[in-house]
This record gives sequence, structure tokens and C-alpha cells, in this order.
Amino acid sequence: MSILVDENSRVVVQGITGREGTFHTKQMLDYKTKVCAGVTPGKGGQKCEGVPVFNTVQEAVEKEGVNVSCIFVPPAFSGDAIMEAASADMEVIVCITEGIPILDMVKVAGFLRDKDSVLIGPNCPGIISPGKTKVGIMPGAIHRPGDMAIISRSGTLTYEVVDQLTRAGFGQSTCIGIGGDPIVGTDFIDHLRRFKEDPETRGVILIGEIGGTAEEEAAEYIQNEFNKPVIAFIAGQTAPPGRRMGHAGAIISGGQGKAEDKIKALQTRGITVAPNVATLGKTALEVMGKS
Amino acid sequence: MKLHEYQAKDIFGKSGIPVPNGQLVTAPDQATKAVQIINGPPWVIKAQVHAGGRGKGGGVKVAHYPYEVVTATETLLGKPLVTKQTGPDGVIVNQVLIEEGIEIDREFYLSMVVDRASARPTMVFSQAGGMEIEEVAAVSPELILKEHIDPAAGWMPHQARNLIYALDPVPSPGAIKTLISVMGNVYKVFMTLDCSMVEINPLVTTMTGSAVALDAKLIIDDNALFRQKELLQLDDPREKEPLELMAEKYDLNYIRLDGNIGAMVNGAGLAMATMDVIKLAGAEPANFLDVGGGASEEMITKGFEIILEDRRVKAILINIFGGILRCDVLARGVLAAAKKTDIRVPLIVRLEGTNVDEGRKILGNSGLRFLVAKDIAEAAELVAKQV
Repeated sequence: MSILVDENSRVVVQGITGREGTFHTKQMLDYKTKVCAGVTPGKGGQKCEGVPVFNTVQEAVEKEGVNVSCIFVPPAFSGDAIMEAASADMEVIVCITEGIPILDMVKVAGFLRDKDSVLIGPNCPGIISPGKTKVGIMPGAIHRPGDMAIISRSGTLTYEVVDQLTRAGFGQSTCIGIGGDPIVGTDFIDHLRRFKEDPETRGVILIGEIGGTAEEEAAEYIQNEFNKPVIAFIAGQTAPPGRRMGHAGAIISGGQGKAEDKIKALQTRGITVAPNVATLGKTALEVMGKS
Repeated sequence: MKLHEYQAKDIFGKSGIPVPNGQLVTAPDQATKAVQIINGPPWVIKAQVHAGGRGKGGGVKVAHYPYEVVTATETLLGKPLVTKQTGPDGVIVNQVLIEEGIEIDREFYLSMVVDRASARPTMVFSQAGGMEIEEVAAVSPELILKEHIDPAAGWMPHQARNLIYALDPVPSPGAIKTLISVMGNVYKVFMTLDCSMVEINPLVTTMTGSAVALDAKLIIDDNALFRQKELLQLDDPREKEPLELMAEKYDLNYIRLDGNIGAMVNGAGLAMATMDVIKLAGAEPANFLDVGGGASEEMITKGFEIILEDRRVKAILINIFGGILRCDVLARGVLAAAKKTDIRVPLIVRLEGTNVDEGRKILGNSGLRFLVAKDIAEAAELVAKQV
């Protein structure tokens, strides 16, 4: 099994005719992802990489029965694109776009509150269930089907970790990049709940970074409710204070947000924290044993 | 984008948030004139720099005679100001704000930010004004009050009442009225100007019951600058590190650090992790450089040039795991930079991901001298050996 997306997911790419949209549509098709439709307003009726293009997501639903969206729309229009996908009842919305104004995301978060859509991102690499489907921009070739799950706030750092896992003999059930923005659609806990119920997932790698308190909250959830091994890594132990974290962001989280606080929160709850990203594969072997 | 205090106060004044009368001066003789127009004594002379910790760093002075205003201005202008946020060299003070002194009854802290967990704009209010808010959060968190805002309804007056009537003692009716008005206007400024932070510390009430913003901090969400174009002219490039300024022009996320290993990485997470690995290997990173997900060849070239520009750099590590950024684009960008500038330090390259074979081939056939690392551990080892 896997969570959220699999070989039956029918994907629509919003912004399919843009440079990145087209490139990654081809990459997804090469991975055997069922990219059934694209959306670019004003370009309905065209084809892109052999995929039919529509003017609206609603039209793509009616003609192609899509249920998962992948968004490559420029930042100024991404908030609207996410809301369009949610209005068309997409089960999963993956927003790759980086640089969306935070107040647009405040609106999006409000809009999604009474919707059933699961938003992954924005500012994320997407989601992949290896061997089944990939919805996003991660390089497919480094993944193998298997029983380790990954939830990460980063993009490329996730590829690094996947690569090490694969080389160490661990495949992956589903890998999710939840996004690096201050406001994202889903957090660690949302996905940990799903992985808890997924019989094929044996363990989880959690990749966090400085800022916010998502890792601290995840640590508490894991201690209280999660029954599978978790290995965590926190990026930014040498990041200078005050540069990435907003001054007022630190007060909202009550002085939290530093890597050392997150590592401490995880370790005191019995969660293994990999000390060095270069040896994360090795740490996984120690915790999980041979797969 | 950070604004100066005087710029933020200008916006406040036009938005119904009372500020002290004041004047910006850039030369001591202007101070002589300013003191004739502005009410006083006392007067307050404030260095206009983006760095925090100005007060403790000696950047804020109080004067009781006109000549003291001029002397204080002379002491500050054109000289470096060192605060805990500036580093040992400090920042040059180019502008000084001279203001009327205000008779203070009570001091408060007021700010608005977007709370990440609830995804809502949030008003933060405290009666512990004038203190550093992190300190208050650590010592007496119960003094910090918050109101989350429903984006559909916006800021509602009852939320202001929730914050103000929780004070002990409750302010005078006049002060309550002006505080409510200030809060509503802070919300308006926050939303209209796409702020990521508005902070007034201290916000004071006077004996006559008016509220005045004695300080003002305003940060605009960089992601929203495309629709806040009129604010772009408020940007002060003199406040920025020259290499960081150069990086900004090309949309590169570059932060100068204290070490001597230049690093170019794609993705913020991997860039941070790479810095961590460099340090664990016993060396120090000279910079954080995230060339971003969708970097173009030109951006890579510029990023590489910026690292080469940094004379302290003794070795360079390129760590790329291609996703949206393709390894062939990276390779071409590095080569373009290498053609223009002589690479005088060892270069270590670690490439993986999308189009990796093509990228490796381009670099391999280029005649460029570099060391290949097969993984991040080897990359860090090779880097540490160079210094």
C-alpha cells in the first residue's frame, strides 16, 4: 500500500504549458503517472506532451475524471489555482510553486477549512509512491518500492535521504514533501496519522528544519500515539540566528524554532535523531535492521 | 524587505496610528533647523539602521538642550553603530531621526504577524512594553496576549477589547479608545501593504489618554513585492552586505557567514544540511547559497561568481541534487562562470538527480579542474582536506 496517491490516481497538471509544467509532465509520464489532463486558461483544446489541455479544472474533471492536481502556476496566481482545484473536489492537491505571498496562503487555508481536499505544499517537491505514481518534481530513478515512509519540509534534502535509503537497501512506501513555506496545507502529524494506518509502512523518516514548531508537535504525537519507528533529521544546526527566522515568528512559537530545541524535543521523547545527513542511511540501518 | 523606522512611522502617520513629530536629518546642520521646528525639550535622536538592538548599542540618545541634539547627531552620523545584530564592525549610520520627547504614562508591546500553526494573522499584545519580547516570552509568557484573526471577518473590535480589558489595571476610557483605534489601523496596514511583520515596541499611552507609537518596525513580505511596487523605493541597499545585494539582484538566496568554504547548493534544506556537514567535518562555511529550485543557467553563473568574489574562500563545494533544477543546467552555468573568472581555489563537485549523466559529461569534457565526490560524506571530507 501507500498513502494518498497510487497507480489509480488520475492527475491534472495546472500550468501544463509553462516551461516547468511541460518538462515535469513528461517526467511524470515517463514514470507511468497517469497524467490525464492539463489546465492552462485560454489554451483549452491544445495538447501538451500528448495530454489534452483544458481551460478549467472543472472541465478536466468532467472530461477526464481527474482526482489529483499538480500545480506549476506562477506565485501570483497559485492561491487561485489551489482554490480552483479544491472547488473541483480534487482529493489531493500538490502545489510545487515557491514564492506565494503569505497573505494569499492565509486566504487559501481559510478556503480549504470546509473542503475535503488534502493540500501538499506549497513550495514542495510533491509526493511519490515508488513504482506506482509520482506527482511532483522529484527524480523518479532514485526511488524504490518498499516499506519506509518519508515526510519532509525540504525538497532536495529529501532526494538526498531517499538516495541514501535506496543505496542502503530500503525502498519507500510513500515520500511526501510537505513544503518549506510558513503556511503549508499539511503538517507532519497529518501524514503520520495516515502512515500509522498503512500496513505496508514499517518506519518513517522525518526531515525537519529550523523555524516554527511542527517538529516539536510531531515529537509529542509520536510519543503518545505513533507505534512505528521514526528517525528524524533536523537541518540548520549551524544556521545563523535571526536570518531565516522572523523576529516575531519566534515569539509566536514562544522562543522555539532553533534546531537544538527541535532535536531535544525529539530525543527526550525517545525518537532517534540522525546527527549527520551524510550518514542517515547508516542510522536507518541501525534502527530498522536489514529490510 | 525591511523598512527604516522613519519610513514605517511615515506610513503609520498616514494610516491613523499616532507617531511623535519628528524629522529625518542626514547632516548635523539640518539638526540645528530641525530642533527649532520640533517640540522640546526633551528631544530623542535615533540612528536609522535596520539592525535591532539600537538602544543598547548607543543608537538612541536623549537631549535636553538644542546644542545636545546637534552633538548627538554628529556622534551618530557617518559612524559605525555596533549592536548585537550587526557583527563587530557595525553598520554605518547614514540617517538620524530627531523626535519630540513624549510624556509616557504606560508602555505596551503591539505586533502583528502570521501565526504559522493556525495560518491566521495574529495580534500580539503585552503590557511589558519596551522590553525585548523574547525575554518576556521566556520569563513571563502569561504577559503575552494573542488574538487570531478570521480572514473572512477581518479584525473585529471585540478582539481589541479582549486584549485591552485583560490589562491590570485597565487603562482610562480615553486610552482604551485610542488603543482600539491603533489596533484596527495596525491590522489595516498589515493587510494592505502585505506585511510579514508590524511591530510597535513600545506603544505608549500618555497622561492625556492618547496612544503613540514610539518605535516602528515594518517588514514587507518579499513574495508580495510584485504587487507592492510603490514600496520598492523605500528599500535601502546601503543596509545590505554587498555580496548579498548582488545575490538579491539575481533572485539567489545568499547569506554571508564567517568561514572559508564557499558552498553552492540547490534547495534551502539541502543547503542548510550541507553547511552542517561542512562544520561536522571540521571546517566552516563561508556562505549559505541556495540557488533555488528552478535556477537558470545565468543564476548559477552569478551564484558561482559571487562565491569567487569572496576573497576569504579557500575551497568551493557544489552540492546539487537535481529535481526541478537539472544537472546539465548547473554544469553549463558553472562553465560560463569559469570562462569569465579564474578559479583559484579547489573545486569539489557532487552531482546527483535529474539529467545527472549529461551534467557530469559537460563538466568532464570541459577541461575545468575539479574533484568529484560520490556522496555528501565524501564531499565534506574532500572539502575539509583543502583548508
